[in-house]
Amino acid sequence: MSAGTFTLDGRAIPFEEGQTILDAAAAAGVDIPHLCHLPGLAPHGSCKLCTVSIGGRLGAACTNRAAAGMTVESETAELNAHRLTLVQMLFVEGNHFCPSCEKSGACRLQETARRLGMTTPHFTHFFPARDLDASHPDVVLERNRCILCELCVRASRDVDGKNVFAIGGRGIRARLIVNSASGRLADTALSANDRAVEVCPTGAILRKRVGFAVPIGRRPYDRHDIALSLPTRRGEGAGGG
Amino acid sequence: MPPEPADSAMACDLPAIARRWGNDPANLVQILRNVQESCGVVPSETLDQLARLVGVARVRLEATASFYSFFHADSHGAYEVLFSDNIIDRHAGKAELMQYLCERLWVEPGKVSEDGLVYVDETSDIGLADLAPAMLVNGLAVPSLDKARIDLLAELIRSRKPLAHWPAMLFEVPDNVRRAGPLLGEPFEPGAALASMLSIGAEETLARIEASGLRGRGGAGYPTAAKWASCRKAVGDAHCVVCNADEGEPGTFKDRVLLASHADLVIEGMTVCARVIGARRGLIYLRGEYRNLLPALGRTLERRRAAGLLGTDILGARGFDFDIAIHLGAGAYICGEESALIESLEGKPGKPRNRPPFPDRCGYRGQPTVVNNVETFACAARIAERGAARFAGMGTPQSTGTKLISVSGDCARPGVYEVPFGVTVREVLAECGAKHAHAVQVSGPSGTCVSFQEFERRIAFEDLASAGAFMVFSRERDMFEVARNFTHFFAHESCGFCTPCRVGTSLLRNIMDKLAAGKGSPYDMQEMKRIMCVLRDMAHCGLGHTAANPVVQTMQKFPEAYERRLKKLEFEPAFDLDDALETARLITGRDDEWAHLAAD
Amino acid sequence: MGKLKVATCSLAGCFGCHMSLLDIDEKLFDLLELVELDRSPLTDIKHCGPCEIGLVEGGVCNAENVHVLKEFRSNCRTLVAVGACAITGGIPAMRNNIDLWDCFQEVYHYGIGLEGGQIPNDRELPLPFDKVRPLNEVVRIDHFLPGCPPSAEAIWKFLTDLAAGREPRLDYEMLHYD
Repeated sequence: MSAGTFTLDGRAIPFEEGQTILDAAAAAGVDIPHLCHLPGLAPHGSCKLCTVSIGGRLGAACTNRAAAGMTVESETAELNAHRLTLVQMLFVEGNHFCPSCEKSGACRLQETARRLGMTTPHFTHFFPARDLDASHPDVVLERNRCILCELCVRASRDVDGKNVFAIGGRGIRARLIVNSASGRLADTALSANDRAVEVCPTGAILRKRVGFAVPIGRRPYDRHDIALSLPTRRGEGAGGG
Repeated sequence: MPPEPADSAMACDLPAIARRWGNDPANLVQILRNVQESCGVVPSETLDQLARLVGVARVRLEATASFYSFFHADSHGAYEVLFSDNIIDRHAGKAELMQYLCERLWVEPGKVSEDGLVYVDETSDIGLADLAPAMLVNGLAVPSLDKARIDLLAELIRSRKPLAHWPAMLFEVPDNVRRAGPLLGEPFEPGAALASMLSIGAEETLARIEASGLRGRGGAGYPTAAKWASCRKAVGDAHCVVCNADEGEPGTFKDRVLLASHADLVIEGMTVCARVIGARRGLIYLRGEYRNLLPALGRTLERRRAAGLLGTDILGARGFDFDIAIHLGAGAYICGEESALIESLEGKPGKPRNRPPFPDRCGYRGQPTVVNNVETFACAARIAERGAARFAGMGTPQSTGTKLISVSGDCARPGVYEVPFGVTVREVLAECGAKHAHAVQVSGPSGTCVSFQEFERRIAFEDLASAGAFMVFSRERDMFEVARNFTHFFAHESCGFCTPCRVGTSLLRNIMDKLAAGKGSPYDMQEMKRIMCVLRDMAHCGLGHTAANPVVQTMQKFPEAYERRLKKLEFEPAFDLDDALETARLITGRDDEWAHLAAD
Repeated sequence: MGKLKVATCSLAGCFGCHMSLLDIDEKLFDLLELVELDRSPLTDIKHCGPCEIGLVEGGVCNAENVHVLKEFRSNCRTLVAVGACAITGGIPAMRNNIDLWDCFQEVYHYGIGLEGGQIPNDRELPLPFDKVRPLNEVVRIDHFLPGCPPSAEAIWKFLTDLAAGREPRLDYEMLHYD
């Protein structure tokens, strides 16, 4: 039941009590760029892509609740320029090589960058040394592609009830860690059917043996009509369609 | 007497440590601190055992253990020496002294000596800018370093003398109070504020606080009475009072003095607050760098319990129950942000929460919580004790009372000055004997850089809001290097939660380093401006919002400090092209002219 | 009006971007109405003279790449980084976290079928960098044309925009990183 409407880029958006700006907009078919949010998982507010102007004040659309009569601006030149900068920061922070990535064409980071018109990561690359963990029989963890969105952390903790993942370290040295003394994914309780495996927006967590199964041209984001805000579905997480 | 130095041979009784903290995962930071202190390390194997003892997933322990600077899985030897790395320490000769010590001990910075005896490195500002350069030895502050002290330290370390037997004078930290006012200068009888409050009642006490115009001393200046009133009204089972003693802003040290010599005033302010909001539980979050203050603070709490000023039925008032525990931080500036502080109190990495809700409604363990600065509580105690009129009559209409200023840097008399709000920068400079001041960094790196043209500006919430730092830079100081030091600080202290701050602070640091290396061009200035805008607009918390301030402000106020470094008109690589071939030269054994790339 | 002078080269790349350029097919005739090629693998001209446009494929992985890139930068009014490797370092940059010594060992000592291999030290061989860099980390780049490779249509659109004095712009469908 609608609790009222607010204005998003001049358009009236109905919302339900307690709903965030991002969720209400998505329900109305309006996409606000974001990477660290998926319906069904607790809002996080870390990627900052969904920052919007709420009555002149800037805030994340995924953590701010909609209120009747509020005026929200999202598709402004300035905000999109900032979003482009954020995506570029994510690209140089990790080691993202789209041509060799199984997730290409199904990757939300890549797709968000395309939608923002990114032609170059622009900043000086950090080229960090990060570990790839292929120990698990069914899942590979490629930390070079991790953007620290914590979707897997939340999914494993709140949906799978397993606490397989967490973020260790601080600042630019923050990294995805797993729940085992050996530090190996194989020694955790992760199973290939876990929600945590599906939610990764990039190619950091992939199911094995399904990479490159879908030819270029038929991958999810090769079909131009797909909305970014749709929840990642089974199969998509590993580059399938 | 300082405690024994960490000794890796010492048994590390994990069950006993966990038990001391109730086997409660919310006390994880404290448990890890005890492990670190008694074992000298937090070994990876420990985490499994601790995870079982407190009942959480190992990965969550690892997240906490790896977040804080003072926890480490590898041994730092029997003696861990950390030099404070604020720009004030640098100006006072820190780099030379650190090199000198390393030479004396045959050790490289950041590496344990080959015999496993000693580790020397740097750490963010440790709250001793008035006594710079300074260091921590096994977590304990040693101020006023000079060659003689370094010689002595090297000798003590080489002879493996236990820290407990080191000369006590090494650890003596004078207060350096240069000017005292109603807060510091007048006697305080423990219990006086409580007695006064009990005689007029909690409601009337809150009215007093309101009438005094007291605003938060941490820098933001939120009206204290409004915070208390809101928390008092908030629904909860266990209201909580938290004293933010995580004084991490470089150049600030007034809370150190308050806690060292006026702890009763602070604790009494907390107790007054507890009565007003209906809290039974209080916590002091003491920054890890102030570990040396812990024993005396513990004794003060004991003494107050014995005197009926803490515990049950305080001063005989039935049902007035309140007690305080001290939590130590572990080297994370971000924990000075109140919601990150609460996360840390709950045993988690110190990452700021999404707000609202604010702590007054949902704070420690989800309960209504007041978080105030050390100085705010001290002021509150004075107001409860003496009434609002005198306090309200001092300072300016919007900024009542006095402010403790931590003066450091290029001046004759560094130390703590209690000044009425509204004082000009010039007046403070005159009083501390700063004859050739060129700039003052007010309120630390996240504050305001005030140039010599603005010395008539006033310390007050309506002009220069300040948490208390006042770092003086004379004409010969290079303001670019000041900003570069602060940029390194923010990159080191960013919690890493949000994209703009995690990546942006490191990008800024790298560009400042590039300029320092003489590779800067106007292109890099544009780059920094772009990063600044994103930090200001998109970051999650105050650290990110203000992280670019030092660069923005020095660029604007001291442009020549940058122009001097822009040697190139065209873009230059950040890395050295010839250096990038060095590895290949070593592998191939080549050194011919084609094996080199000349600079343009 | 004279033709635009264009130079092209491939640094640490696979010539795939050049192949994609050739994939313009019959439009190549239209293109050659607009442009004249200077230094390029297609002309075998060894050094470039003053040009309007330089198209550089591949990242910077060794000393020779730097010489070529600097020659392009100083001769081309507009310099375009073409393809994933030029823009991000690409596939060659995946060695960036492998120690260079380990790379050499694998290539010259332990690789399959190698026996008694030696690390070459001829002066003519350019020395590799410790890390492969995108072009914009070495010189100023004016435009970026992403893709692995960029499609023939994207290259055509980009070049015709540039030739017409427009800011080159790829719309969403033409913008790919793979």
